[in-house]
Amino acid sequence: MAKKTEKNNDDIGEDVRLALYRSQQEVRQLEKRAYDLFLQNLIKGTSHLCIGQEAIAAGFATAMKPGDWSFCTYRGHGHTLARGASMTGVLGELMGRECGLLAGKGGSMHLTDVEKGAMGSYAIIGAHLPIAMGAAWKAQYKKTGEVAVCFFGDGTTNIGAFHEALSMSATWKLPVVFVCENNLYMEYTSIGDVTPVEHPAADRAPAYGLPKIIVDGNDADAVYRAARTAFDLARAGGGPSLIEAKTYRHHGHSRADPGKYRPDDEVKAWMARDPIPFYRQRLLDFGVSEASITAIEEEVAAAVNVATEEAKASPPPSQDLILKDVWADGGWAWRN
Amino acid sequence: MAELTYRDAVAAGIAQEMERDEDVVFLGEDIAAAGGVFKATVGLLDKFGPERVRDTPIAEQAILGAAMGAAMTGLRPIAEIMFSDFFAVCWDIVVNEIAKTRYMTNGQINLPLVIRTANGGGLRFGAQHSQSIENWAMMIPGLKVVAPSSPADVKGLLAAAIRDPDPVIFFEHKALYPTKGEVPDGEHVEELGKAKILRDGDDLTIAALAAMVPRAVEAAERLKDEHGIECTVVDIRSLVPLDTQTLFREVSKTGRLFTVEENPRLCGWGAELSSLVSEEIFWELDAPIVRITTPHIPLPAADQLEDLTIPSVDRITDTILKSLG
Repeated sequence: MAKKTEKNNDDIGEDVRLALYRSQQEVRQLEKRAYDLFLQNLIKGTSHLCIGQEAIAAGFATAMKPGDWSFCTYRGHGHTLARGASMTGVLGELMGRECGLLAGKGGSMHLTDVEKGAMGSYAIIGAHLPIAMGAAWKAQYKKTGEVAVCFFGDGTTNIGAFHEALSMSATWKLPVVFVCENNLYMEYTSIGDVTPVEHPAADRAPAYGLPKIIVDGNDADAVYRAARTAFDLARAGGGPSLIEAKTYRHHGHSRADPGKYRPDDEVKAWMARDPIPFYRQRLLDFGVSEASITAIEEEVAAAVNVATEEAKASPPPSQDLILKDVWADGGWAWRN
Repeated sequence: MAELTYRDAVAAGIAQEMERDEDVVFLGEDIAAAGGVFKATVGLLDKFGPERVRDTPIAEQAILGAAMGAAMTGLRPIAEIMFSDFFAVCWDIVVNEIAKTRYMTNGQINLPLVIRTANGGGLRFGAQHSQSIENWAMMIPGLKVVAPSSPADVKGLLAAAIRDPDPVIFFEHKALYPTKGEVPDGEHVEELGKAKILRDGDDLTIAALAAMVPRAVEAAERLKDEHGIECTVVDIRSLVPLDTQTLFREVSKTGRLFTVEENPRLCGWGAELSSLVSEEIFWELDAPIVRITTPHIPLPAADQLEDLTIPSVDRITDTILKSLG
């Protein structure tokens, strides 16, 4: 553990650490609110919370530059928020309101905010790995220096698109960073029961000529450092990285899943490694005052409350939207 | 006017667009160094270099995902799926991602991309390399679907597809690659969504697509020469958008519609045409609509079997004569 004397003198620094903490708090508090709104039946359909995995979203988003692209899965509320999407836009989309990021046309599993570089949440396992690769191809071809970051779960490492994207990205040396959030469960099944290797992403990396990278996904500093290293490599033309971040989701796979298939001891051990109290303690160890930490927590709580009220007050989307935006001309015509 | 093969018109159309827009890039299996397995993209690598004309691994999800990611961030990619049958291994990217993303994101993401593919039978390749799958694409909201029958249309419609701001599935017919035709000199761009009348007659209307177009024209010539029957032949060219106005006008004129479809019967594009005509201009019809299709079976490989399966000039002619009584 770092000493207080290193406060302003380590490789991360206090400003970034406060940003990492704020980002984790935003994701945690917003996801908790989403859970509450579910229980009140104000959020319909399904939803996949990332409570417990916030350090990964915060670590990568904080290391990204404006113009970089992130691609995530249906468990994407945190990644979208961490890139700077508005809380009202996120909650509004979950609640199917006009103020939603997609005006209610996408829903929980498809949060997107192109202006912020959040290039979409993809709900078919594996599909967005090749898509992120395509964005990286654009950056390489136009020599613009952007990096594409692609987040996915451990279950994705067994589908074909994962291997196709890794293979072609490594061959083309594309500036894309693949981030496996290994939360140990492929939906309702232990990843170890359905995978021939111990580390589902990292153990596959050598097949694509890539180094094996495993980080503690519950430590935002470790994630941030891994992100920075991978981005530097990508921007320097060194090609893709595959990073496996070990983590744990506190809830089940989705709204319908209480997660009863997980052993109590395992749940208890991981709850004790909750990334947020862990990082809070680190801030204290680095000499950040209790008052400034509490101020962040309270500011975030207030912002979540405001967003909740704004989303609740927002009307349902206009019916006009149903027949809009199939095509780039804004329409849906398939005939004359 | 220069005479080009259908195959050469593909490369000509791509080259025309790559010259005018550096955002146009092209990827696929064997398309660069080898010039394509059907030799439809010969010369593009030399002309535009390996950064714009890129060979890929055999990884169709990677190819189409890359095209989508590049399109949403500002390029205008052309992707090749070598045989249209291979869409089955990357259909998720087409249907769930490319077709839906603009709508789901409330218009935040545009996908100006073209997927070219060799479609259809006649080359004795068997059931996994010969299918006509344009109806697969036609039934998905969010995809434009084009299938040219002549070299001029290959160049002009391919150019239009590349300039179009939406995803276009471009079905080239593999049996047509060696066919020749006049192609206008200089820049040539057609309009998407317009059917073309190839022959004008008052007795009946035949609607056809891709390789069925030259067969429909030949059948029409035979019907006139041998039986004095005058046929209108409409090349549908674009399934989405669909030129119903031209179709309705030509059907209203003759009172009879025959569709000639290479696809197996169920849910072929002719079924949609038939439905539209029945719903909207039923009283213009003098007789039931007749669909001439491949039977609802996988395609057999042997010469004699394949020839008897796909609608032929003989079958088109005989079906029409029988129907006219």
